[in-house]
Amino acid sequence: MSTPIVEVSNAVVGYDDKIVLRGVSLSVQRGDVVAILGANGSGKSTLVRSILRLVPLSAGEITLFGDKRFKKWQRIGYVPQRIGAGSGVPATVAEVVGSGLVARRGIFRPPGAADRAAVTTALHAVGLADRAGDPVSSLSGGQQQRTLIARALAGRPELLVLDEPTAGVDAASQAAFAGALTEFVAGGGTVLLVAHELGPLQPLITRCVVVHHGEIAHEGSVPAPAGHHADPGHDHVHPHAPHDAPGMWGA
Amino acid sequence: MSIFANEFMIRAFVGAVVIGLTAPALGIYLVQRRMSLIGDGVGHVALTGVGVGLLLNTSPVWTAVVVSAVGAVAIELIRERGRTSGDLALALLFYGGIAGGVMLVGLSGSRSNANLMTYLFGSLATTSRSDLVLILVLGAVVLGLAIGLRPALFAASHDEEYARVSGLPVRALNLLVAVMTAVTVTISMRAVGLLLVSALMVVPVATAQQVARGFLATMGLAMVVGVAAAGSGVWLAWEIDTALGATIVVLAIAGFLAVAVALAALRAVRRRTALRVSRLGQAPARADAEPHEVVLERR
Repeated sequence: MSTPIVEVSNAVVGYDDKIVLRGVSLSVQRGDVVAILGANGSGKSTLVRSILRLVPLSAGEITLFGDKRFKKWQRIGYVPQRIGAGSGVPATVAEVVGSGLVARRGIFRPPGAADRAAVTTALHAVGLADRAGDPVSSLSGGQQQRTLIARALAGRPELLVLDEPTAGVDAASQAAFAGALTEFVAGGGTVLLVAHELGPLQPLITRCVVVHHGEIAHEGSVPAPAGHHADPGHDHVHPHAPHDAPGMWGA
Repeated sequence: MSIFANEFMIRAFVGAVVIGLTAPALGIYLVQRRMSLIGDGVGHVALTGVGVGLLLNTSPVWTAVVVSAVGAVAIELIRERGRTSGDLALALLFYGGIAGGVMLVGLSGSRSNANLMTYLFGSLATTSRSDLVLILVLGAVVLGLAIGLRPALFAASHDEEYARVSGLPVRALNLLVAVMTAVTVTISMRAVGLLLVSALMVVPVATAQQVARGFLATMGLAMVVGVAAAGSGVWLAWEIDTALGATIVVLAIAGFLAVAVALAALRAVRRRTALRVSRLGQAPARADAEPHEVVLERR
C-alpha cells in the first residue's frame, strides 16, 4: 500500500478544559474522496483544522504525505467555510483567487503571465470567469464560496480540504461546485471534506466518516437517507440562503 | 510672500507629500485587518520615544522609531494571542506610552509646551534638513515594501487562516506590518503629529474604497487622495496659519464626505431613472440574479 495522503492516529484535541476530539484515527489514500459528517459541535471541523495544523494536538500524531513535519503546503488546497467577514476594503474575484498562488510563487516575486493564466483556469472551473473583475462583495453567497474553491484550485493542489463547502449555498452554485470537484478528482486529486449534507456531491464520495462526540461513530459507505429525505422526489434544500432580488422571475 | 520662498516650506511640502503617499499605502493593510486605530496606539507609544530622545539629547525621530517599533511588535503579539485580556493590555500600552512621553518631555527641560504640541499635532516649521532625509529614506523603504509585497500582505490580511495553510509566513508578515506602522507613524509625526498620523493612514483608504472595485485600485486611489490632502494641507496651513496636521486631516475628511455625498446623489439619480424606465413597462436591471430556491417538493 502506498503512503497515505493523510494519516491521523489517536488525535486528541482540547480547548481549555473541554476535550473535542477523543483519540481519532483516520487514513486518507490518494484518490479518496472522504466526507466527514456529523452534527454541529461533534468535532468534525476540529478534526479537519487539526489536520491543517490550525489547531494544536494534545496527543496523537498527524502525518501529511507521509511527513510528520509537513511543510510543503502548496500540495494542499484549503477551502474555508466562509469568506472572511470582510473589512470593507474591496477585492476583486481575481485578486482573491490570485492570493492562493502567492506562497507557491514566493512572496518576493510579482505575479507573472503563468499566474494570471492559473487564475483564469480556476475561475473557468467554477464557472465564474466572467466575474473576475467584480468585487467579491457583489457576489451571492454561493458565488463567494465558488471563489474560495477557485482560490484553492489555482495552486494545483494534490489534496483539497473543504470545510462545509455547500452550507447555505444555492442550487446553481452547488452544481458548479460538484462539477469543479468532479474535474479535480478525475485529474487524480484527493478530497477531504466536512459536510452537513452531501447534496449533489454525493455521487463523488468514496467513503464517509461520521464524527459523534469527538469520536468516529461510523466509517464506510454513504449512509442511506432516512425519513422523508429518502423520498424519491425529495430535493433537500434549506431556503435560508441569502439570495438576490427576484428580478429574473419578476420581469 | 510666495509659499515656497522659505526653505522650510519646501521641506514641509516634500515631507508631507512623501507621508501622503506612504501612510495610505500601509494603512490599507491595517484597515483590511480591521485595525484602523492601531496607528493611533503606536503614535501614543512613539511619544515616549520622543521623550527619551529629548532627554538623551539625541534625535527624537530615531528614538521614536525604536520605541514605537517595540510597542507595535508588542501590540501584534498581543493581538496574535487573541485573548480578551489583550484589550486591556493595549490600553495599558497606549496610556503608558503617552503619559510616559509627556513626563519625559517635561523632564528633558525642553523649553515649552509648544514643543510637545508640535510632536502631537505637527507643524510646518519643524522639519529639519536631517529630518527630511530620514523621512525620504524611511518613507521610500515602507512604500517599496507595501507595494512590492502587496500580494503576500494582501493574502495575509484578507484571510489570515487561509494564508497560513497556504504556506505563507503569516507571522513574519504581520510583524513586518507592525514595524512598518511604527516607522510610518514616526516619520509622519513632524508634519501631521502623533495624534493625527492614524487619520492619514485610514481616511484616504476609506475615501478610495467607496469608489474602487478592487484592492489594487483602492490602494492607488488612496495614495492619490493622501498626496492631495497632504499637499493642499501644507498650502492651506500656510495661507490661513493653522496647525499643519489638523489642516491635512480636515481636508482628508472633507474629501471623504464629498465623495460620500456625490455617490449618494448619483445613486438617487440612478434609482429615479430606473424607476421611470420600469414604469414605461421595461424590466428593471437584473442584479446578479440566481434562481430562487423554491422547489421543496417535486410531486
